[in-house]
Amino acid sequence: MNLKTMKLKEISIIFIILFAAWLILNQSTATEYLVSGALIALAISMLMCRHCTVFDELRLSPKAFLFTLLFLFTFIKELIKANFDIAWRVLSPSLPIKPGIIRATTTLQSKMARLILANSITLTPGTFTIDIIDDTLYIHCVYVDSEDPEQYGQQIIRKFEKYLEVIYG
Amino acid sequence: MEFIKICGAVLTLIGSLFILFAAIGLLRMPDIYNRIQAGTKATTLGSILTLLGIGLIHPDWLLKLILLILFVLISNPVSSHVLGRAAYFIGIPLSAKTHIDNLKQDRQENPVTKENES
Repeated sequence: MNLKTMKLKEISIIFIILFAAWLILNQSTATEYLVSGALIALAISMLMCRHCTVFDELRLSPKAFLFTLLFLFTFIKELIKANFDIAWRVLSPSLPIKPGIIRATTTLQSKMARLILANSITLTPGTFTIDIIDDTLYIHCVYVDSEDPEQYGQQIIRKFEKYLEVIYG
Repeated sequence: MEFIKICGAVLTLIGSLFILFAAIGLLRMPDIYNRIQAGTKATTLGSILTLLGIGLIHPDWLLKLILLILFVLISNPVSSHVLGRAAYFIGIPLSAKTHIDNLKQDRQENPVTKENES
């Protein structure tokens, strides 16, 4: 029973994503578009996602939704801040960089949450994830801004992790 | 209406400035890892702003452009991660300015991680 409801959740989330993309691309609400889009989205989600576990740990509660918004907000803030930082470093004549690969351990268990964490770190300029081994992320930084690299890595991760903890289990 | 179009043009201009900075960074950075940082990722904000600016100038396209931004946000980190990881594991050296490499330390202490490379 439990397995069955899980699958239903997977299928419905994929269906919603596919159908929304179809509607946006067509920009039309004519009946034939709606019906054919719904049929194709349903067929793809039923065929392809019978055994998916992508959204297994995603929580669908109001609190998770709120934290998704907060996460997006933090992410955009960090993105803009870091872009200006990198632009400044590139343009200043002395090229103030101090690169290094540092490790940071995450407490997240869900695979999807880790994927989002690693991708957020990679998308934020100045840091990118080289590898994940067990629960350790190896992050390349343009500027390791601290005496204690260990703590700096934890700082980078913590900004995103506190939201992902709530959104995923 | 005119005001929104000017906003769009300004956004596009700022976006293309960020892409210019990325190009300068590509030339100035010392090794591949820092080039990935400057090159592939200063373009994140650059392309987002450019696409949003075009969206403001042509409001009909806005939704499609937002979809495009989402695809950029999904594919960009994956490609830069794969480039950086591949460069690291085929042994392209880090620049002389690099002052810490925890990954190398951990791999020397614990070579079992070989299976993770596949």
